[in-house]
Amino acid sequence: MTTTPEAGPGIVLSGLAKSYGAVRAVRDVDLVIAPGETVALLGPNGAGKTTTIDMMIGLTKPDSGTVSIFGSPPAAARQAGWVGAMLQTGSPLDHLRVREIVTLMASYYPHPLPVDDVLQMTGATEFARRWTSKLSGGQAQRVRFAAALVGNPDLLLLDEPTASIDVAGRRDFWQAMRGVTAQGKTVVFATHYLEEADAYADRIVLMSGGQIVADGPATEIKAQAGSRTIRATLPGVDVGALAALPGVRSAQRHGDAVVLSCSDADVALSALLRTFPTARDIEVTGGSLEEAFLELTASEPDSRHDTAEATR
Amino acid sequence: MSGATHLRYEILRALRNPMLYAITLGLPLVLFYGVASGQRHVIHDGTTFPLYFMTAMAVYSAMFAVTAPGARIARDRASGWTRQMMVTPLRARTEVIAKVITMYLLALLSLVLLFLAGASLGVRLSATQWLELAGLLLVGVAPLAVLALILGYLLPSDALAPAVGGVVILLALFGGVYGFQLASSGPLFDVMKGLPSYWLVLAGDATVNRGNWPAQAWITIAVWVVVLVPVAMLAFRRSARRV
Repeated sequence: MTTTPEAGPGIVLSGLAKSYGAVRAVRDVDLVIAPGETVALLGPNGAGKTTTIDMMIGLTKPDSGTVSIFGSPPAAARQAGWVGAMLQTGSPLDHLRVREIVTLMASYYPHPLPVDDVLQMTGATEFARRWTSKLSGGQAQRVRFAAALVGNPDLLLLDEPTASIDVAGRRDFWQAMRGVTAQGKTVVFATHYLEEADAYADRIVLMSGGQIVADGPATEIKAQAGSRTIRATLPGVDVGALAALPGVRSAQRHGDAVVLSCSDADVALSALLRTFPTARDIEVTGGSLEEAFLELTASEPDSRHDTAEATR
Repeated sequence: MSGATHLRYEILRALRNPMLYAITLGLPLVLFYGVASGQRHVIHDGTTFPLYFMTAMAVYSAMFAVTAPGARIARDRASGWTRQMMVTPLRARTEVIAKVITMYLLALLSLVLLFLAGASLGVRLSATQWLELAGLLLVGVAPLAVLALILGYLLPSDALAPAVGGVVILLALFGGVYGFQLASSGPLFDVMKGLPSYWLVLAGDATVNRGNWPAQAWITIAVWVVVLVPVAMLAFRRSARRV
């Protein structure tokens, strides 16, 4: 017998942690995702996005904490056919044609979508008869997308779905995704492209150093990160001293230039001029999502005093 | 039934592999014809040479055919698609059973081709003998099938061909598949009798010369299978985890 997930609890991660040797890939992640939500896991490489997704699918066992998918553990949710995933790696099995591998993936699920519809939706119809070993990177990506979709899962997990494709391919991909999210599916995607998170997610979960550092709609994240940034040319000043100024949330140095993310730019500016009168080329700008991203992902404890490295 | 589609494509993929025809099925046939066709009427150990050589090649070829899909497991793992499949409701059991059926299908195919080749060079056996020979060989290669699964799930794909080839050759050497025995008494002989390949050679003898395929043969094969199957399960679970 097959079941469908009940409305109610969506995806619940609580106290999730995973280490690989000395590397704490994910530490103490709590996250609740409502059914039908589209959530972006945004963060730089090594932030713990892939490990988090792997634990949600049950491919990786957490050291501690629990995952609940529509009220069930990951293995049960997977066996019920509620989960479809597009992983970062995975070149389609060889000695099969595109249509065949999508048919194969469909056969595992209790209520699959018609294969031809999915090929159409993902733009794979033109090369449906091609061997999987003869695909371009963009075509292989469409096949992986079709393979994730064809099972008609309630939860779709996409790990950096557009990492290997060009800009045009990326636009096509998200166009197809819009059709999918319109069907009320729960979608979680990992990305390090800010524009993607901003444009396609209802909600952004910002990860850094294995932790969630911000969570909310894009606008809220911008606000949370402080609304203004001060840039100035100021050689030879310790970033620690700058970060300690009133109204400054964090400071970064790029050569002679310093960038101050401010909780109160007015206070910070007057403090800066008072303390370091040599500062010149001063520029005050409103916060962008990019700055919020850089600031929030750079403010993990280990790198507080020298964040220049982390912001490259 | 989801397993049926999986099995169908598994077999299709195996049959579409050009190496199957070039190496797994082709090589034993080439060897058989190359060596036996010139010696059609030579009598060897009381049987015609083609019959003797056909049974020897059948053992060797069944061992290789049954282990061939092991290499594909490692390649599929390396491609990353195995992880993609583990996210679906596909059960591990379905996957392992499909692999084993495919392995046996290839082994059976290789035997049928060799038997046809044998018949074409004048080998005549009764229907029961053909069936018995095929049956005993297919039972005897069971430990090798499981061994190939284990290696496929554990080793990286570039290590697999040498590993599987090495294991098959060692088992063949110590089992006496190459037509000579390393020992006929003493501790080495005891080791040989513990190998499935030793009994595979006797299977040919048992069928052709009405010799004996003793209880010890069944027991040895069964012990290998019983010990290796849990190892294969562990190997499969390990391969599912991220490295």
